[in-house]
Amino acid sequence: MHIHKYEKIWLIFGASTLLIFLIILGIGAFYFGTQPPSCLVTIDHEKVDSTPPFNEPGLKQIGENEYQFTIVASAFNYDVGEKDKIVQIPKGATVHFQITTKDVVHGFNIAGTNVNMMVEPGYVSTLTETFNKAGTYTAICNEYCGVGHHLMHATVEVIE
Amino acid sequence: MIHRPVKAIHVQDGKLSMAYLSTAFIALFIGALAGLLQTLVRTGKFNLPFGIGYYQILTAHGVLLGLVLTTFFIIGFIVAVQSKTCGAYRSKERILGWTGFWLMTVGVVITTVFILLNEASVLYTFYAPLQAHPGFYIGLTLVVVGTWVQSAAIFMRHARWRKENPNQTTPLLSFMSVVTMILWFVATLGVAATVLIQFIPWSLGIVDRIDVLVSRTLFWYFGHPLVYFWLLPAYMCWYAIVPKIIGGKIFSDSLARFAFLLFLLFSIPVGFHHQLLEPGIDPFWKYIQVVLTFAVAVPSLMTAFALFATFETRGRELGGKGLFGWMKKLPWHDVRFVAPFIGMVAFIPGGAGGLINASHQLNQVVHNTIYITGHFHLTVATTVILTFFGITYWLVPSITGRKLTPTINKLGIIQAIIWTIGMTIMSGAMHIVGLFGAPRRSSFSTYANNPDTLAWIPYQIAQAIGGSILFIGMLLMIGIFIYLALFAPKGEEEFPIAENRTNEPVPAVFENWKLWIGIGLALILFAYTIPFIDILKNAPPGSPGFKLW
Repeated sequence: MHIHKYEKIWLIFGASTLLIFLIILGIGAFYFGTQPPSCLVTIDHEKVDSTPPFNEPGLKQIGENEYQFTIVASAFNYDVGEKDKIVQIPKGATVHFQITTKDVVHGFNIAGTNVNMMVEPGYVSTLTETFNKAGTYTAICNEYCGVGHHLMHATVEVIE
Repeated sequence: MIHRPVKAIHVQDGKLSMAYLSTAFIALFIGALAGLLQTLVRTGKFNLPFGIGYYQILTAHGVLLGLVLTTFFIIGFIVAVQSKTCGAYRSKERILGWTGFWLMTVGVVITTVFILLNEASVLYTFYAPLQAHPGFYIGLTLVVVGTWVQSAAIFMRHARWRKENPNQTTPLLSFMSVVTMILWFVATLGVAATVLIQFIPWSLGIVDRIDVLVSRTLFWYFGHPLVYFWLLPAYMCWYAIVPKIIGGKIFSDSLARFAFLLFLLFSIPVGFHHQLLEPGIDPFWKYIQVVLTFAVAVPSLMTAFALFATFETRGRELGGKGLFGWMKKLPWHDVRFVAPFIGMVAFIPGGAGGLINASHQLNQVVHNTIYITGHFHLTVATTVILTFFGITYWLVPSITGRKLTPTINKLGIIQAIIWTIGMTIMSGAMHIVGLFGAPRRSSFSTYANNPDTLAWIPYQIAQAIGGSILFIGMLLMIGIFIYLALFAPKGEEEFPIAENRTNEPVPAVFENWKLWIGIGLALILFAYTIPFIDILKNAPPGSPGFKLW
C-alpha cells in the first residue's frame, strides 16, 4: 500500500498533535489530579432524606474560607437549605459540592463556572471549586428530567 | 422529443431504495417542523398550541431526524450503490430487504404514535429512570431488528460478488457498505441489550427496578458509533462518488478502505466520552476511552488529505495554477459537488469541536450545554445531511429513470446556500451561548431572573432566526425530492462511480473480516470489561420508573 510523501507528513503532523493533546490531558488528570467528577460513592436514593449529610442540605463552613455545600436534587427542585434558593458564598472561598438525587437523573451546572456534574439516582456527585469572582450565578439543571426541567434552578451569590 | 427512461440499477432494487429514501424525507419534514417549533418556543415569544409539550416535540425531533431520517437514507443509499457496483440483488436478498424495510417502518410508526400520544416524552436517548410506554421501546426494537435483516441482504450480496469473482478486489462502495453495516450491527448490540433486557421488562412491569448506570453505559456504547454510522455513508460519497462528479479519480482505493477499517476499530470503544461527568465511572477508564476517541480522528485526517489531493489533482489537470488557483477550476455550478463540499468544510470546525468535547477535563465546560447541540448540528445536520442532499440530486433521478434538470441544479445550489446560512446562524449562536452555560434540551426559562441567564435570550432569538431559515431550506429540499421522484423529465441520469487513479493492488488482508471484527471486539473488551464489572459490582439499588411529563 503506497502512501504519498505529503500524506505521510500530514499524518505524522496530525497524529503528533493528537498525541500532544493527550499527553497534556493525561498530565492534567494524573499528575495534577484534575479529573472529571467521578465520586464512585453510592447511596440508597429512596433514603436520601435520612442519610447524612443529605438529611441537612445547605452550605456549612468546615474550615477557614472552606465550605461544604450539600444539595439534594429532585424533580423539579434543588434543596440548597434555603427557602428562597439563594446561597451566599464569600469571595475566594473553596467550596466542596456534594449532590445527589431522590428520583431521576438531573444535571447541576453553575452557569459560567466549571461546576458541572451529572446527578444520578444511587450515586453521590462531588466537585471542588474556588469562587474568585464576585457576582450572581445561576445553578441550573442541564439534564432533561421531565416537564418542569427548565424550572429547576438555584442562585449562588459570591459576595465581597 | 420524448426520452426513454433509463434506470441506472435494477428496477426492483430501485424501488426498494426509493421506499427507504421516501420514508427518510417524510421523517425530515416532521422532524424539521418539530425543530422549527423548538427554536420558536425558546425565544419566549411563542407557545405551542393544543397542549403539545416542548419535550414531546423535542423527542419527535431527535427520534425522527437522528434515528429515522439518517438510518433510512443510509440504507436506501447503500442498497442503490451496492446494486450498481456489485449488480442486482437476487430475489431472496431483495425479500430480506423488503422485510427489513417493513419491520423498520412499522417500528417507526409505533414509536411515533406513542410520542404523539405524549406517552413517551423521554427524548431520543430515553434515559432511565424516566419510563415511557412499552410501545415506544418495542417500536424502536422493531427498527433495529429491521436493520439487521436488511444488513443480512447487504452482507450476502457482497459475499456473492466475492464468490462470483474469485481473487478480485471487491467494488470499493460495496466494501464500504459492508464496513458501515458491520459497525452498525456491533453498535446496536448495546442498545438492543439495554432495551430487551432492561427497558421492555421494566416498562411492562415484569421487573420493578432498573440499573440506571448500566442502561446509560449500554446506550452510549451504541450512541457514539451511531454518529460514525451517520458519517461513513457521507465518506462513501466523498471518496468514491465526488471524484467522478468533478471528473477526477479516487486518490487511493487502498487508503480509503484502510480508513474505513480504522473507523470500524476505533469508533465503538469510546462511549465514555459521553459519560465523562458521571459519578459512577472510574476516571482512569474514562481517560482510556478519551485516548481511543482521539485515535478515531486519524482516519478523518486521512480522508481530508485524500479529498483535497483529489481536488487539487483535478484542478491542476484543468489548468489551475499557483497555490490555490486549482480551486477555481472545480465545478462550483454543480450541486452534486457543491452540497457535499460545504459538508466537508463544515466538518473542519465540527471535527475540531468534537476533539474539544472529548477532552477529558475540557468536557466539563461544555457538557450538556447547547454548545453540544451546536456541535452536532454542524457534524450531522450540515456535514452529513448536506452530503445526503447532494446524493439525492443524482440518485433519485438515476434510479427512477429521470433527469436532474438545470433548474433543479440551480435550486439545489440555492438550497445548499440557504441551509448553510441558517445553520451558521443557529449553530453559531448555540456554540457561543453554550460556552456561557446555556443548557441544551430545555424549554424557554428565565430561571431566577438573574442577569446571567437573561443574557442568553438574544442568542435564543438568533437560533430561531437560523431555525426559520433552515425550515425554508427543508421545504425547498422536500419539493426538489418530490419533483425528482415524480415529475422530472424522463431520461438517463449519470450514477457517478469514480475509478482508481492507480492500478495498485489492494492488500487482500482488508477483506479478512474475521481479523478486523476480532481486533474490534478485542478493543471493545479492553475498553469496557473492567469498568463494566465495576459498575455492576458497585451498583446502588435500582430505580423504579418515573413519568414526569
